Amino acid sequence: MMDILQILFSESFWAASLRIATPLIFGVLGALLCEKSGVLNLGIEGIFVAGAMAGWMAVWLGLGLWGGVIVAACAGAFFGLVHAILTVPLGLSQHVSGLGITMFATSVSYFTYRTALPNVSSPPRIEPFQALDIPLLSDLPFFGTVLFQQTALTWLALLMVIVVWYVLYRTPLGMAIQAVGDNPDSVDAQGLSVYGLRIGAVMAGSALMALGGAFLTMSAFDAFFFGMVNGRGWICIALVIFASWRPGKALLGALLFGAFDALQVRLQTEVGALVPGQVFLMAPYILSIIALMIAARRADYPRALLTPWFKGQR
Amino acid sequence: MIRIEPRQAPSRLMTLGIPVLSAVIALALATIPLAFAGASIGQAYVEMFKGVFGSVFAFTEMLTRATPLIFTGLAAALAFRARLWNIGAEGQLYLGAMAAVAVGSGAFDLPAIFLIPVIVILGCAAGAVGMVVPTVLKSRFGADEVVTTLLLNFIILIFLQMMLEGALKDPMGLGWPQSPPILDQGMLPPLMDRMRVHSGLIIALVVAVIAQFMLVRSVWGFKLRAVGENAAAAGHAGIGVNRSLMSVAIVSGALAGMAGVSEVAGLKGYLTADISPGFGYTGIVVAMLAGLSPIGVVISAMFIASVFVGADSMSRAMGVSSYLADLVVSISLLCVLIGGFSARYRITRINRQREQSA
Repeated sequence: MMDILQILFSESFWAASLRIATPLIFGVLGALLCEKSGVLNLGIEGIFVAGAMAGWMAVWLGLGLWGGVIVAACAGAFFGLVHAILTVPLGLSQHVSGLGITMFATSVSYFTYRTALPNVSSPPRIEPFQALDIPLLSDLPFFGTVLFQQTALTWLALLMVIVVWYVLYRTPLGMAIQAVGDNPDSVDAQGLSVYGLRIGAVMAGSALMALGGAFLTMSAFDAFFFGMVNGRGWICIALVIFASWRPGKALLGALLFGAFDALQVRLQTEVGALVPGQVFLMAPYILSIIALMIAARRADYPRALLTPWFKGQR
Repeated sequence: MIRIEPRQAPSRLMTLGIPVLSAVIALALATIPLAFAGASIGQAYVEMFKGVFGSVFAFTEMLTRATPLIFTGLAAALAFRARLWNIGAEGQLYLGAMAAVAVGSGAFDLPAIFLIPVIVILGCAAGAVGMVVPTVLKSRFGADEVVTTLLLNFIILIFLQMMLEGALKDPMGLGWPQSPPILDQGMLPPLMDRMRVHSGLIIALVVAVIAQFMLVRSVWGFKLRAVGENAAAAGHAGIGVNRSLMSVAIVSGALAGMAGVSEVAGLKGYLTADISPGFGYTGIVVAMLAGLSPIGVVISAMFIASVFVGADSMSRAMGVSSYLADLVVSISLLCVLIGGFSARYRITRINRQREQSA
C-alpha cells in the first residue's frame, strides 16, 4: 500500500502518465471533432498507423521533425477526406466505411514502408523530439519534471485541447459544427453547407488523429514498427463516449488512462511474481470497456451521429 | 439542380454486377502500388494468376485459405443483417481455437466420431460466449458493440498469449509458446492426398447453405432481418428485439469460433498466437463483398483467398511486398461500398419548374 502511495507521489509517475496520454489526447480530440459533426470515424486506428508511418518517413527522408508533423497531419486529412466523401455526400454506412479506411490506411502504410525498406533487419532510427528544457520552469520542483520536461508534441496536444474547446464553444464555426451534428436541417435552413462543415470537421479531426500516431514514432519511440498502434485508436473511440463529447473531459479521460497505464507498469515490477504480466497488458482494454459501461447510458450523444443527411430530402 | 433519390429496388444485374465490378476495379488499381514498387505489372498479374490456378496444389491452397474466411464471412454477414456490428470475429476465432486444443489435445481420449463433434461444439460455444458478452453489455449498459468487440479482440489475444505460456503450453514444445497437438483422431480429415485442404471446407459449404436457408426461409431469419431493417418497428410488431439479437450473436460468435476450430483441427494441428493473419477482420470484407448473402460469402471468400494466395506467390517470385494483398482487399471493400450506394440511390437532375409545380 505504501508502495502505491509512493508511486502516486513520484514525479516520474506523473511525467510518464502525461507522456502515455499524449497520443490519446490527439486521438480523442480528433474523434470528438468528427463525431461532433455527426460522423463516426472508425478509420482512427488506421489513421494512427498512417500518421506514425508518414511522419517517421518524412523525417527519415530529411524533411525535419516539424516537416514530419505536417506530413503526418496531411496524411491523416487525406484519409479523413476519403471517409468523409463516402459517409457525407454518399451517406454510406459509417461503421463499414470507417473499418475500410482503417484497413486501407494500414495496408497503404505497411506496403509503403516495406517497399521503401525491403530488407532491413532492425528498423532504421530517427532523431526524435527531445524533452524541452525551459530555463527556470524545468527546474521547478515536481512540475518542472512533470510538465516542463515533456517534448514539444505533448505541448502541442495540450494546446490542441484549448484550441478545439475554443473553436467548438466560442466561435460561430464551432456552433455550426455542433449544430450539424445535432440537427443538420437547421444548418441547411441557415444557408450553410452541411456537406462542407462535415467534410471539414472529419478532415481536421483525422489530421489530429494522425498526430497521435506521429507522436509514437517521433517522440515516444524513434522508429516505425508493425502493430505499434495496438488498439490505441479504438481506446480513443471509447474515451470520447466516456468524455460525453466534451474536450475538457476528454483530456481528463486521456490523463486518467495514462495514469492507469503508468501505474500498471510500476505495479507489474512490484507484484510481477504473483500475477502473470499479461493481466496488466489487458488492463487498458478492460478499463475502456468499463468506462463505456459506466458512461454509455448517460452520454450526451450528438443527436445526428451516424445519420446521413441528403440535400432536399427530409 | 442535382438530387439524390432512392431507387425502388436494385435490379438483379446490379446486385450481382457491383461486387464483381468492385473486385475487378480493386485488382486493376493494384497497378498503382505495383508501379510504385517498380515491378513489371504484366508479370505481376501473371504470377498472381499462376499462384492460384497454376497447379492443383495452388488451387487447393486457395481453398484452404478460403475455409476460415467462409466462417468469419458468415459470422459477419448474419450479424450485420441484424445490424449487430460484430467486429470481434478475430477474438472469437481464437476463443474457438483455444477450446479446440483444450479438449482435443488429450483431455478426452475418445474415438473420432465422438471427439470431433466435442471439439466442434465446444469451439463454437467458446466463440459464441465471445459475442454474447458484448451483446449483453449492449442491451444492459448501452455499450456500443463495435467498440467492445474491437477491444475484446485485444483482450483475447493477450489472454491467448497467457494461456500459451501457461495452462495450454505444450510441455514438449521446447519452450515455444504453443499448445500441445490435437490427437490424431480429433483432426478433421484431409480431402486430398498430400494437400492441405481439409474437411473444414465441406463443413463451411454446408453451413453456408444452411445459413442461406435459415436467413431467407425461416421465422428466425425473418425476425433477424426485420430487426436489422427497423428495430423499433420490429419491436412494435411483437418481435423480441433483444432475444433476436442474442440469438444472432450466439450464431455469429459460434461461426467465428468454428473458423478457429477448423484452423487448428483441420490445418495446423496445434495452436500458436499467429494462426490467423486477420481472418476475423477480413471476414467483414468477405461479407460486404457478398452483399451479406450467405451463399455469396462462399464466392467472395474464394476471391479474397485468391488475392492473398496469389499475392503471396507473386511476392515470393518478384519481391514485391505481400501487403499488396491487404491493399487490394481494403480497396475492394471501399469500392463495393460505393457500388452499394449506386444500387440504392440514383443521382438525378430535376428541373426547377417541375419541382415547383409538384
